[in-house]
Amino acid sequence: MVLSPVSAVPRATGRQAALQEIAHTLRHHVVAMAADSPGAHVGGSMSVIEILTVLFFDGVLRVDPERPKMEGRDYMIFSKGHASAALYAALAERGFFPVEELQTYKQMGSRLAGHSLKSIPGVELATGSLGHGLAVGNGLALAAKHDRLAYRVFVVLGDGECQEGSVWEAAMAAAHYRLDNLVAIVDRNRVQEDGPTEEIMALEPFAAKWRAFNWEVREVDGHDVAALSQELHQVPFTPGRPSLLLAATVKGKGVSFAENKNAWHYGKLNPEQKAQALADLAALRGREERP
Amino acid sequence: MTAAAAGGVAPVTTAAVAPGAASEPAAGSPAWLERHGLSAVETCRLAQRELARRDERFFSLEADLGDFGGFAFRDEFPDRYLDFGIAEASLVGAAAGLALAGKIPLVNTFASFALMRACEQVRLDLCYHGANAKIFGTFAGLQAGFSGPTHHAIEDLAVARSLPNLTVIAPADAVAAYHATLAAAAHHGPVYIRLAVDATPQVYGESCPFEIGRGIELRGGRDLTLVAAGLTVVAEALAAAELLARDGFTARVIDLHTVKPIDRELLARAARETGCVVTVEEHSVYGGLGGAVAEVLGEDCPVPMCILGVPDAYCERVAPHAEHLRRYGLDAAGIAAAARRLLQRKAGA
Repeated sequence: MVLSPVSAVPRATGRQAALQEIAHTLRHHVVAMAADSPGAHVGGSMSVIEILTVLFFDGVLRVDPERPKMEGRDYMIFSKGHASAALYAALAERGFFPVEELQTYKQMGSRLAGHSLKSIPGVELATGSLGHGLAVGNGLALAAKHDRLAYRVFVVLGDGECQEGSVWEAAMAAAHYRLDNLVAIVDRNRVQEDGPTEEIMALEPFAAKWRAFNWEVREVDGHDVAALSQELHQVPFTPGRPSLLLAATVKGKGVSFAENKNAWHYGKLNPEQKAQALADLAALRGREERP
Repeated sequence: MTAAAAGGVAPVTTAAVAPGAASEPAAGSPAWLERHGLSAVETCRLAQRELARRDERFFSLEADLGDFGGFAFRDEFPDRYLDFGIAEASLVGAAAGLALAGKIPLVNTFASFALMRACEQVRLDLCYHGANAKIFGTFAGLQAGFSGPTHHAIEDLAVARSLPNLTVIAPADAVAAYHATLAAAAHHGPVYIRLAVDATPQVYGESCPFEIGRGIELRGGRDLTLVAAGLTVVAEALAAAELLARDGFTARVIDLHTVKPIDRELLARAARETGCVVTVEEHSVYGGLGGAVAEVLGEDCPVPMCILGVPDAYCERVAPHAEHLRRYGLDAAGIAAAARRLLQRKAGA
């Protein structure tokens, strides 16, 4: 069975620039969704963009948008389901559903709810209530181990989400069962709804916590597509252990007035803010092209 | 490619006797009961092992309570026995993942923990996704007797009944629990079955016409209907019908083992033909069997009703199970007394 993804970026020179261009496109979609709908989780959507870009467009996830339920596919569970705008943007651009459908985000009759429904192509698990994804990922990974199947399970977690005790129940089980076919990526943007994570409920020493739970931990700049690519193409980080990629990110990345602002955990962009956000994204793109 | 992976669902064989088990007596027969006893959790576990022998999709999932009848499964199918320790969110979440991958997880823990500690995982991961997982809740109702309110589960039916997609079963005895387990396995989707560890009175023998969603009329009658669901109370309702017969009243007795989806037709007919209904459950008087029956009859055939169950309070005084039942009027004498009061109301109406 050919598992190489359709319309993924070729692994050749210019790949980094191409991935950055996709990330840029996804951020544009998030801005549009946050402006043209009742509102979106802007901060956590912007911080997770490069993570989704590398998972879906760099040949990490062995998925086929033409056959979203293809046997043997990798599973991607987007446990930080509130950042649905980013997820939908990635799924649409990857071809799971038409890009035009993004315009229906949170509109009456749409399937693109604020937190993903189970019926959306490419969505393996409806998420939004935090702390669910990792345990379900365990079940999928255990089934693969039992059946000696090669698929992997990727779970994208928010950092604030890791205040849920269920995350640590699942972290314990993943290590206990030596699920090296399980990869968790934490979007460590350091800001949650009410303020900085370290003020609301401190997570640090965060990497040490995961190591203490017997995960193999690596840390990466979560906005560096090349670095993310390098790490995610090397999973498992060590045989016999689940892999944890701690991705340092910026909440609201790319939108000047939203960066690191818990007030933009969720919000609706007014026309002036939308224009500013698009100008900010253009400037970010310029910096990427002329580093 | 398996049928499940292809998006279809392969049927589960549900013959009551495992192939190759020629020496196994018929379920519910005296020889079978001699061998397996009258503990519902034990006969449920027996059915789980039989299912696992026939179909590799069955997994037993535990949260450090496998010693309640689960070790035989572990010994026979070690690679399909997964213990998650004392961590019910992890347990139920993993069950959802296994179900997404085409497995049929059999989740075994105490009723209070499965439905309440891990309620949101049951709600979202299992029920919303229509996961083909089965939850077996032991120590339902007041079965944990001496253990006190932390281990009583008097709210589980109310919780379970309000969750879309979830089938809710309260078998009447160990024989029915065996058949209910097989029926749940053959049903695609999440199912909750409430159980108990200790032996409970026998209601069924070799004949147990268990079918999900179809109540069983155990005894005919014209003066009133006793509707019961669950271990012990169905047997007590039958005994109450005997007491009422001495007074010259004929009580119809219905085992409404499937609390959801409910058998509307059977209930409406009984209400129409007998004119009043007593419900009996080892559960809060709110939201369980009584509430379910009242919802149906209120719409389809309103008649005087009496809902017998655990009053709206936590049980503070330690007692054995039988004493709890007596205290709350859930034994035969209590049921018969309530029935007589209802018959007077009916006569005066």
